Amino acid sequence: MIENQNKSSIIRMFHVHKDYGAKKALIDITLDISKNEFIFIRGPSGAGKTTLLKLLYLGETVSKGQVLIDGINLSRIPRKRIPFLRRKYGIIFQDYKLIATKTVFDNVALVLEAMGKKRRFIEKKVRSVLRTVGMEERLHSLPPILSGGEQQRIAVARAIVGDPKIILADEPTGNLDEDSADIILDLLKRFHTRGATVVIATHDKELIRKTSKTGGRVVHLKEGCLQKTTTSESGSDDSLL
Amino acid sequence: MILYYKRAIQDILDNRFLNAVTIITIAISILIVSAFALFFVNVNDIMGYWKKGIRIMAYLKPGIPEEKISDIKEKIQSMNGVQDAGFISKDEALMRLKKQMKRQSSLIEDLKENPLPDAFEIRTTTSSQIKDIIERLATRIESLPQIDEVEYGQRWLGRFTNIFNLLKLTGYAMGGLFFMAVVFIVSNTIRLALYSRREEVAIMRLVGATDRFIKAPFYIEGLIQGALGGIIGLLALFVTFMFISYNVELDLSFGFSTIRFLPPRVFCGIILCSMFVGWLGCYLSLKQFLK
Repeated sequence: MIENQNKSSIIRMFHVHKDYGAKKALIDITLDISKNEFIFIRGPSGAGKTTLLKLLYLGETVSKGQVLIDGINLSRIPRKRIPFLRRKYGIIFQDYKLIATKTVFDNVALVLEAMGKKRRFIEKKVRSVLRTVGMEERLHSLPPILSGGEQQRIAVARAIVGDPKIILADEPTGNLDEDSADIILDLLKRFHTRGATVVIATHDKELIRKTSKTGGRVVHLKEGCLQKTTTSESGSDDSLL
Repeated sequence: MILYYKRAIQDILDNRFLNAVTIITIAISILIVSAFALFFVNVNDIMGYWKKGIRIMAYLKPGIPEEKISDIKEKIQSMNGVQDAGFISKDEALMRLKKQMKRQSSLIEDLKENPLPDAFEIRTTTSSQIKDIIERLATRIESLPQIDEVEYGQRWLGRFTNIFNLLKLTGYAMGGLFFMAVVFIVSNTIRLALYSRREEVAIMRLVGATDRFIKAPFYIEGLIQGALGGIIGLLALFVTFMFISYNVELDLSFGFSTIRFLPPRVFCGIILCSMFVGWLGCYLSLKQFLK
């Protein structure tokens, strides 16, 4: 049983397996992610990137092995505590997952409302975050009338509005044009410089290349197995896990 | 809390059709149940009126001296369940009979001797107007040595009590059946509403919303739906009641008791029950949905 936490690690995965019936989605994954790290999980479609992220926010549970988030063993977390665990994260989904019937403001405010923040604080904070992502003018719009890039910016705003410790982004630029992708990446970098740990699952080499200055780690996944670790800076093999 | 109310009202406005279906379902059910309650309340009134008419007549043996009458009266009045006892002398009884017979009173005038006995007219207290209690009281009165015979119309009283109890049981059974039916219908319509918003609920969970945060507006919605359904159902019943009372020439008075609408206490009780039904329907759907 893993109980001792490496002080600089915020995410720890120990021999994690995830099976969907006979299909093995993840095989023996052991991975440490440090506080304030900028890390890419890279791999082709079906490599297990999304599954790995889901295990972190308990969208799925592990079949074998253990996951520790900020010292909390996810195998032991009571059901009632799951929402509080999820508040440590800002999650950006490839399909945005915005509520179509709620305005941009309400979508972003939802996180703070769920945290029980006061209305005045919510008003101020949501406007400020929407200003940061350049969507303040779209405050009262409904998501379906926005472009993909705009919707993803709203999703980023929703992810960062609660000042989470960890940002999980699943193919955050997957459906976007280059300009929109740059804006999203820039937002994530800015949030990283403020102290957050950023985990991005992507198959996009270009996205990794653009973050070469940050020198982030790139973890390569293939058919559910960790293959190797490189840095975005070098783009080459750095160490084997 | 204000946030939950705002969200509940916003949800009702966003899902107007489903909410309208739920409210109409509750309203129709409340209309049927409260129509039965209205019938029950009025039948109860009529029965209450009949019950008030229950008298025990205790006939004295012939030749009881006048000085003993007050003793017997005291004994009867001291009995449990007796409200008061009035002495009717045989002369007074004859006079009453004459009055009642009017034209045929000459028949009585021809009598050489008054054949009627002295008697006590005994009124019972409300709490003792149950068949068994009346019977026991009558037996006790009859056991007094000066009493010759006791009459209290036991046959019709027995039948009357049985019908009353049967009606009561029918009322409870129908109320129970409608309650279950309404809860089932409401929980299903709320489940439909939840199903249409399953993605929204899933997103809420992903951003860290607790079950309480997700459930609270649904419960408020259920209570609002219940209250609105209850009010609409009762209003429909009131309109129907007024229409029948004023426009249809029916003898609603039955000669002794006026038909009335539901008393305020029952009215409020039905609305509270309706709100409870909305809440319970919501509870059952949410329990299953958020598993």
